[in-house]
Amino acid sequence: MSGTSTNAYAAMQAERSKRARMLVTPEGLSLPLTVGSRGARAGALLLDLVILVSSFIALILGFFFVGLGMPDITSTPNASPVVQGILVLVILTFFLSRYGYFLWFELGPRAATPGKRIVGLRVAARDGGRLTAEMVIARNLVRDIEVFVPAFFLLSGGQDAGVFGIAAFVWLAIFVLFPFFNKDALRAGDIVAGTWVVEAKRAKLKEAMSVAPDRKEQYRFGEAELSVYGEHELQVLESVLRQDRKDALREVAEAITGKIGWQLGRGDEREFLEAFYAALRGHLEGNMRFGKRKRDKFS
Amino acid sequence: MVLALFRKSTIEPPADIEAASLRSDRFRLEREVDWQRLDSIVTALEKNRPRRISDEDLLELPVLYRKTASSLAVARETSLDSATLDYLEALVRRAWFQIYGPRMGLFGWLRRFLGGGWSASVRAIWLDICIALAVMVAGTLVGWLLVDSDERWYYSLVSGGMAGGRTPGADPEMLRESLGTAESADGLGIFAAYLFSNNTGVCIMAFALGFAFGVPTLLLLVYNLSLLGAMYWVFAEAGLGVDFAAWLSVHGTTELGAILLSGAAGLHVGRTMAFPGDRSILAAMRTAGVRAAQVMAGCSIMLIVAGLLEGYVRQLVGDTPARFAIGGTMLLIWVLYFALVPAPRERDT
Repeated sequence: MSGTSTNAYAAMQAERSKRARMLVTPEGLSLPLTVGSRGARAGALLLDLVILVSSFIALILGFFFVGLGMPDITSTPNASPVVQGILVLVILTFFLSRYGYFLWFELGPRAATPGKRIVGLRVAARDGGRLTAEMVIARNLVRDIEVFVPAFFLLSGGQDAGVFGIAAFVWLAIFVLFPFFNKDALRAGDIVAGTWVVEAKRAKLKEAMSVAPDRKEQYRFGEAELSVYGEHELQVLESVLRQDRKDALREVAEAITGKIGWQLGRGDEREFLEAFYAALRGHLEGNMRFGKRKRDKFS
Repeated sequence: MVLALFRKSTIEPPADIEAASLRSDRFRLEREVDWQRLDSIVTALEKNRPRRISDEDLLELPVLYRKTASSLAVARETSLDSATLDYLEALVRRAWFQIYGPRMGLFGWLRRFLGGGWSASVRAIWLDICIALAVMVAGTLVGWLLVDSDERWYYSLVSGGMAGGRTPGADPEMLRESLGTAESADGLGIFAAYLFSNNTGVCIMAFALGFAFGVPTLLLLVYNLSLLGAMYWVFAEAGLGVDFAAWLSVHGTTELGAILLSGAAGLHVGRTMAFPGDRSILAAMRTAGVRAAQVMAGCSIMLIVAGLLEGYVRQLVGDTPARFAIGGTMLLIWVLYFALVPAPRERDT
């Protein structure tokens, strides 16, 4: 592993651990939660806006084509009840998409809009209690001043309107930039509602590692060889084995054999690494039962 | 092949538990079936399809959840298989969100809300309502007095498009006409829908601006009500004061009520932010925010009613006493509703 990639990995870990929070369930089990990153939340919002705008355009186009089918739409615009009905629908849809979209989805069982769902986020109550409808309503009403008002302001060129424009710009910027000034990335709506946005990734259960054929007999590792590495290295080895890339296997096998002073024939890497993984995990887990844990190779 | 895609995937027990050489892997393989069962139940709940869960599974759900939670606790102390730990953590977290998630659907919430939740929250912010009402009355007076002292104020307050010819010194006949009715209900639906979405925007602004200690909310109330004061002055000068009041009262008692409540809700949040009392500022704001959100949800209902009154009833009923009667009845209904409907009993949900 080269130095830069290790540093990048460490930086990523540090960034993640900064967002890690603990939540204690009523069973007394502490569950780790990760606060959603600001970037992911901005991405989710953009996705939602794209969905909203494109479906609105599709709707307008749909109405337009329906309207084209009617002959006298331009001559008597107010006479036809169908056109009236369509106009009422357009106004109400615009209203609903602005306020109803976020409300509807965040009140659902996944407590996330489609955008949030795609990037793996959900809304949760900050105190660990349950998320109530009032909370979702409160956080989405404040969204208006954080997202839509600034957007309309910029689109209409409000910032060019002299001193008043600048004042309004600064004022709106406070709301838009609010999440950058607290550690939980709370926006104003989250503070008012007592909610936060946490990661809600789904994980698939992967294969058990030690069901591969037992090679305890071919590869015998001694106490000294197994005490070289700790839990962190074990997890890196696990991910290398699960990814199963030839060159990575070769590289890791060489590093390990170099460290414990073994010679390895070509083509035996996976076999060797599986055996070493099983032995190392058995060794570390055995120690764990006696309360001895080894975080990584330096400890 | 296609059928296989739609068939419910069955959970298969792992082939050979004894084949695993590590004790922690055997622990995992023995419990895997339960975890996956919980996983499928939680997935169905997340997709909002509780009907897909069999009765048997539903009865087992609490047991499965506790089993999995305890598996996670044990695995943390005995297993170094990070993939399994990640899976268990994600699964327990998802199940926790579902099991301790909201028990009340949107309709259950709505019933509770209309059956007292709303009126109780409105009563709880009575002080803010009084402040907002005082500010609104003051705003109207300011608008009136400003225009009374110098007519030019009118043009800086009311933009040309909004005034629509209703300017100081305008022909009384023209003003009377603007208070009149439409010949038929044609086009009024659009008008009502437009008014509703516009007014709700104003209300939501009034609430959202409360976040900045409530000051912008007060400014917004003063500004909007000074428009009303200025407009009233114009009509009063033309000797149409009573007619204008009647014209306004049809929808105004409901609409101004909604603006009053949303201003008060914003003020409530802002005031709590400035004076959180004994609690931490975040805890205090959470309570205030949730209470204010209830009031706001109610405002949108009031605005739907106001939009209908404004778009249809006002344009169809032209008689001054009849207009006063409608407006007065609406006001009475709202006041009685907020004052009398008791708070819903707290259920241990």
